[in-house]
Amino acid sequence: MPEGPAPAPVIQRLRVRYAKRGRLRFTSHRDISRAVERAVRRAGIPVAFSAGFTPHPKISYTGAAATGVASEAEYLEIGLTETRDPARVRADLDAALPDGLDIVDVVAAGQAKTSALADRLEASEWRVRLDGVRETDAAGAVAAFLDAPTIEVERLTKKGRRRFDVRAAVSALEVETLAPEPDRRAAEAADVPCAILRMVVRHTTPAVRPDDILTGLRQVADPAPPSPPLVTRLAQGPLDAVTGELADPLELDRGTRPGRETVPPSGDDAVTARGPAPTQSDPAAGADVAGARS
Amino acid sequence: MPVESIFPRLEPVLPRVQKPIQYVGGELNSQIKDWDEAEVRWALMYPDAYEVGLPNQGVQILYEILNEREGVLAERTYSVWPDLEAIMREQRIPQFTVDAHRPVAAFDVLGVSFSTELGYTNLLTALDLAGIPLEAADRGEDHPIVLAGGHAAFNPEPIADFLDAAVLGDGEEIALAITEVIREWKAEGRPGGRDELLMRLARSGGVYVPKFFDVTYLPDGRIQRVAPNRPGVPWRVDKHTVMDLDQWPYPKKPLVPLAETVHERFSVEIFRGCTRGCRFCQAGMITRPVRERSITTIGDMVDTGLKESGFQEVGLLSLSSADHSEIGDVAKGLADRYEGTNTSLSLPSTRVDAFNITLANEFSRGGRRSGLTFAPEGGSERMRKVINKMVTEDDLIRTVTTAYENGWRQVKLYFMCGLPTEEDEDVLAIADMAKRVIQAGRDATGRRDIRCTVSIGGFVPKPHTPFQWAAQCDHETVDRRLRALRDALRRDKEYGRSIGLRYHDGQPSIVEGLLSRGDRRVGRIIRAVWEDGGRFDGWSEHFSYERWTACADKALAGEPVDLDWYTVRERDEVEVLPWDHLDAGLDREWLWQDWQDAVDETEVEDCRWTPCYDCGVCPTMGTEIQIGPTGRKLLPLSVV
Ligand code: SF4
Repeated sequence: MPEGPAPAPVIQRLRVRYAKRGRLRFTSHRDISRAVERAVRRAGIPVAFSAGFTPHPKISYTGAAATGVASEAEYLEIGLTETRDPARVRADLDAALPDGLDIVDVVAAGQAKTSALADRLEASEWRVRLDGVRETDAAGAVAAFLDAPTIEVERLTKKGRRRFDVRAAVSALEVETLAPEPDRRAAEAADVPCAILRMVVRHTTPAVRPDDILTGLRQVADPAPPSPPLVTRLAQGPLDAVTGELADPLELDRGTRPGRETVPPSGDDAVTARGPAPTQSDPAAGADVAGARS
Repeated sequence: MPVESIFPRLEPVLPRVQKPIQYVGGELNSQIKDWDEAEVRWALMYPDAYEVGLPNQGVQILYEILNEREGVLAERTYSVWPDLEAIMREQRIPQFTVDAHRPVAAFDVLGVSFSTELGYTNLLTALDLAGIPLEAADRGEDHPIVLAGGHAAFNPEPIADFLDAAVLGDGEEIALAITEVIREWKAEGRPGGRDELLMRLARSGGVYVPKFFDVTYLPDGRIQRVAPNRPGVPWRVDKHTVMDLDQWPYPKKPLVPLAETVHERFSVEIFRGCTRGCRFCQAGMITRPVRERSITTIGDMVDTGLKESGFQEVGLLSLSSADHSEIGDVAKGLADRYEGTNTSLSLPSTRVDAFNITLANEFSRGGRRSGLTFAPEGGSERMRKVINKMVTEDDLIRTVTTAYENGWRQVKLYFMCGLPTEEDEDVLAIADMAKRVIQAGRDATGRRDIRCTVSIGGFVPKPHTPFQWAAQCDHETVDRRLRALRDALRRDKEYGRSIGLRYHDGQPSIVEGLLSRGDRRVGRIIRAVWEDGGRFDGWSEHFSYERWTACADKALAGEPVDLDWYTVRERDEVEVLPWDHLDAGLDREWLWQDWQDAVDETEVEDCRWTPCYDCGVCPTMGTEIQIGPTGRKLLPLSVV
């Protein structure tokens, strides 16, 4: 079998934060990786390839949100064979991706001394919309949940059926009293109550997912939501043990590179540590409610 | 009247179904046009799951051509899986398009592309979910015109009752012509209603409207006559042939799905039609004559298609891709252009010919190697003469030897079982051939890790081919021969473990045979099967032979015909065939002669390079063979 020439080496590594919003939350992880590969090609980004019989573009993903879960904070890394301006890659890649898969932030990875990106993603912040559940019922369940020392749930994992504690992974859990505007409008339009949970959950093994927390809540109380809840990951990053806040995992990289490859600290491209607060103009929340594109 | 998106009702149930992404649309290069500005609106359907339907070239081409026109709108719809179907029934969500999620019943035309007859039950599901009456006779003024196209439309008789119309052949020009007829009729205030519109379509002879034809039967069950029942309707309906493919360089902007589909590549049709004359091949017969796309158009299409899609693979499609008069230059030009870009090129259908290894070598320069597949189709020399597959065993051995010498370790061989005049030893000959292939590989390379995979499909006699009169082989015989072949390979100590065997059992082929050569009475069986829960008959996990036989028995009770009559019975020359009034251009006498030649094991040459043998297509259709070479070369475009 003739060998091809050795593939070009990786010169620059870009760390990318992206969002999956609205109806594109139904993409699976594999769907996203195919879409990203194609977008990289369409955008003319000089991605590096692995060697071998079937070369693969060097794009790696950190723990992706499940199919059906929206996210404002997913991360991937791309190895490039030439240096590119991260701000331009952000714009080009975003333009080449379908609406709803949106690039939020791109930074050049810091030097070898900075830690692996995956290690910095210690916890996730989630928002869970429970249609048909009254805020007071949700609040009661949350209080009971937080009071319990441990809450065991059962789920089918890759290793078979497993029982595990979900309480310990939860660093914050609350009912949001001021529901984001679009969620509230949707609830009012549908004339059903609606409770919004916000939670910060540590990344553990087995992973504790918002679903598991809901199972746990159902065990301590009964907020039984009538339809599958709408789950959005708002942020991922290092967890501050004192404040319970998540920091921007890309901050370290921003500090270690010369200005040319650094995204400006303010303006549209800047990302706050907690991720953008959902507002009326938030495309994610808006698309959830409006649904159809026309 | 404003037509609303059903998405707000669909979205909450999507988390409950498998692969929800297939229902949300939003593919790259999909488009949503304003409903109220459109005068004519098409819903295009491929009656199978999204993962199979989305890559379909026919649908993508029509989608783009129609949407390019001002005042015309086209959206796509696919079969929903049974899990979503159940929820849609429970929540009264209608069949929808994936583009703007509009209800299918709101469109002017529902155009359904049938590559295979096994999509017929899925048509009924879609009609029913859409709220469109199953039988054309029950439809009212506001229902869409249900129109069939694709290869299966060359005998739409089994679904005649469910169709308003069918078109034969290339869709590009006729879809636009139909659009104009509808536009005018609507602009005039829909004079004469649905019937008048169908009359206007039928009068031209280019659109088949089943209800304007009556079928009468002889006491023994054979057809007596198929005749128009209205003045002005021509006796025969013609197929459509696009003569200049360079005028129709579609798809320009291929649809790129988010969901995983069966073909993840950009496909360019490098020519249409085939005159090799394989007697089993319906596609080859009904798409005649050969019309090549020029090397320069191919080059431009590949360039734009890749840029627009970001795909990593290009497929050069046709019925026998290596037959393009400039394929060598096409292959070399594209391989040069995309060298070092990790773009892979493939030729999905190739003949058994050492030249193809040269092509395959060009194509694998980028590093990726797609598999090599050859289709001798028949295991014995005699069998290949019957089917007119002109390749000798020595040709094949020479070809695979070159392949193994050039670094391939595995080839795939494709055959059919159940061919006319086939005996047990014709099928067993496949084992001998596979063994010779392995030995050739071992000799060429001095290695033991040589493999070959043998794939076998069941033969189904198809309309408009010389085998349209043949008796289909019963499934017991097919299964017995395949088992004997499997045992012969398993027993072989020297070669058995180097040969992989893939085949399906014979029952689905019998149902496909019923639907392929059926007449209008078969519609009752289709309906009964569908009512009994039949869905996705092309998928082995959904297919039920017992259901089809039970429904056939019931639906045909009291008729002088049964399942065997439609499938394993040989027809004689004078029998009126259900599709005789539908003109694929082939001369009936020529087809019959070719059938006699088959039985006599006489071969015919390809008319592309040898004199015309008067199959009838060119004079009937006013067409001619169109091949190069153009002598032009591909420009080394700068690639991204
Ligand atoms: S009419 Fe003659 S030239 Fe045309 S396809 Fe038939 S055999 Fe070939």
